[in-house]
Amino acid sequence: MLLAELAHLFRRRRTLALLVALALVPIGIAVALKVSGGPGGGGEGPTFLNQVTNNGVFASLVGLTVTLPVFLPLATAIVAGDAIAGEAGLGTLRYLMIRPAGRSRLLAVKAATIVVFCVVAALVVSVAGLAVGTALFPVGRVTTLSGDTIALGDGMVRIAAASGVVGLSLLGLAAIGFFISTFTDVAIGAMAGTLGVLVLSGVLDAVPQLSSIHPWLFTHGWLTFSDLLRTDVNWTGIEHNLALQAGYVVVFGSAAWARFTTRDVLA
Amino acid sequence: MTLAAPADASTSSAWAPGPVARDALAIRTGGLTKRFGDVAVVDDLDLAVPEGSVFGFLGPNGSGKTTTIRMLLGLISASAGRVELLGRPVPDDVASILPSVGALVEGPAFYPWLTGRQNLARIDAAGPHGERATRRARIDVALERVGLTAAAGKAFRAYSLGMKQRLGLANALLRPRRLLILDEPTNGMDPQGTREIRHLVRQLAGEGTTVFLSSHLLSEIDQVCTHVAVMNLGRLVMQGSLPELRATTVARLRVDTPDDSLAGPVLARFGLQATPEAGGGLVAQLPAEPPAAEELCRALVDAGVRVRGFVVERPSLEDTFVALTGEGFDVAR
Repeated sequence: MLLAELAHLFRRRRTLALLVALALVPIGIAVALKVSGGPGGGGEGPTFLNQVTNNGVFASLVGLTVTLPVFLPLATAIVAGDAIAGEAGLGTLRYLMIRPAGRSRLLAVKAATIVVFCVVAALVVSVAGLAVGTALFPVGRVTTLSGDTIALGDGMVRIAAASGVVGLSLLGLAAIGFFISTFTDVAIGAMAGTLGVLVLSGVLDAVPQLSSIHPWLFTHGWLTFSDLLRTDVNWTGIEHNLALQAGYVVVFGSAAWARFTTRDVLA
Repeated sequence: MTLAAPADASTSSAWAPGPVARDALAIRTGGLTKRFGDVAVVDDLDLAVPEGSVFGFLGPNGSGKTTTIRMLLGLISASAGRVELLGRPVPDDVASILPSVGALVEGPAFYPWLTGRQNLARIDAAGPHGERATRRARIDVALERVGLTAAAGKAFRAYSLGMKQRLGLANALLRPRRLLILDEPTNGMDPQGTREIRHLVRQLAGEGTTVFLSSHLLSEIDQVCTHVAVMNLGRLVMQGSLPELRATTVARLRVDTPDDSLAGPVLARFGLQATPEAGGGLVAQLPAEPPAAEELCRALVDAGVRVRGFVVERPSLEDTFVALTGEGFDVAR
């Protein structure tokens, strides 16, 4: 059933459109850099941007950095918010229930599909960046944030790991969206609600007076993936971030389960 | 004929019978109640649907039919009471019961962007006994049965209401079933389609499948049903076999004549209370053991009554249904 659900999601035109849009971000940036002939502006812009013209593989990291605040969470909110509410809105939820798909089983399959989507979405950004970067710019040893250079192979492994971390970073938001999705028959409402939570988390993270709660916000550790690009990887931030995402998944996943296994399916 | 509750489900002791009695019923509910807020949408419902029957579940819009069906299938929880499907409790055993139950609940619902065939495959893949190896063949057979083969490759969003309904039926028939629960299956269908559905239901019943058919239009299903239950305002008004229902109807004698004043006393001699009709003529209710019609007619003619017409009428089931559920088919609430 998991394979069928994955096929169902990834064959849907909307999902493909989301992934194409995500892929276009690093592609657009790389093309713009190529056309304008360089970053210019003396070091402004997202991290890694200045490196792209020297080493195309950095287009991956620029893509991740640029899509992480908005585009990736948006795609996540759409897919997670739609998971249950979308089926309820179409009325297909009742036919899945009497199939019987099993409430816990359906929930588990939907959740697993969302996890796959988050990781795939991050990989799409990173692979698209890699492809366009290597096509347009020279490729070579990778300069780390610490200033050293490491072998291209090592750099690629780190970029792959960064993509994975970015994908997993989205899971806290995904869990919240999934939970909201079990409460409504209106998918667009669940998506909007999820984005609302995202914005709230970002706002709270920007208020210095609330620094005591900052480590517990699911958006707080999102940029820690760049620690993988230090010569000696600093795992502390990444570990904390992933542990926090796991915490959100457990809390909101259980809440979604408690809600969905007892609710009346009226749609 | 029993009003409100069948004898075998009306007492609590009937809930602990031997396996034989339990197996005889495809659906059984006891005291089934669903409240939304203060309103009991389904109120103390005791249904008994014999296995092998074609069971018409009737009631005006808003009488609680769909809510009942949702409880039967475990989609919503009951506020009180019990449900047994195929002899096993709902919702506890839905995982083992529902594979043998095909259903159409509150209209068909599919993914608009998938074709009819893809939709069936999608739902089939989501549960047990949907073997992949046989899927294509099963889908072909089901589509053929509901007459949808030609439109199988069209996107669901392009389907007409009748075609959607047919796809919903195909979904219910995708795997072998012991029980079919069909909620308003002829909704949105043209008369030809309605006839095809009736034919299909007869065919399925002939294969031994119990068919539970809800409708607000008795005329659409009375030709196929062996049993009927009538709901009104959340309560069961009657249930029983079709002959039992027919036996509750009262036959009437209608005499069309210009000689009302002569005919009245003649009918009175036979113990009939005649009332004049608006356009001339008389109407009298017939008792359970009515006098022979031919004797009545001769007596009228002998008394000099000029008879234009002489009819013994039995009200249609439709009339009976309306009498049980109140006037017309307005939304009950």
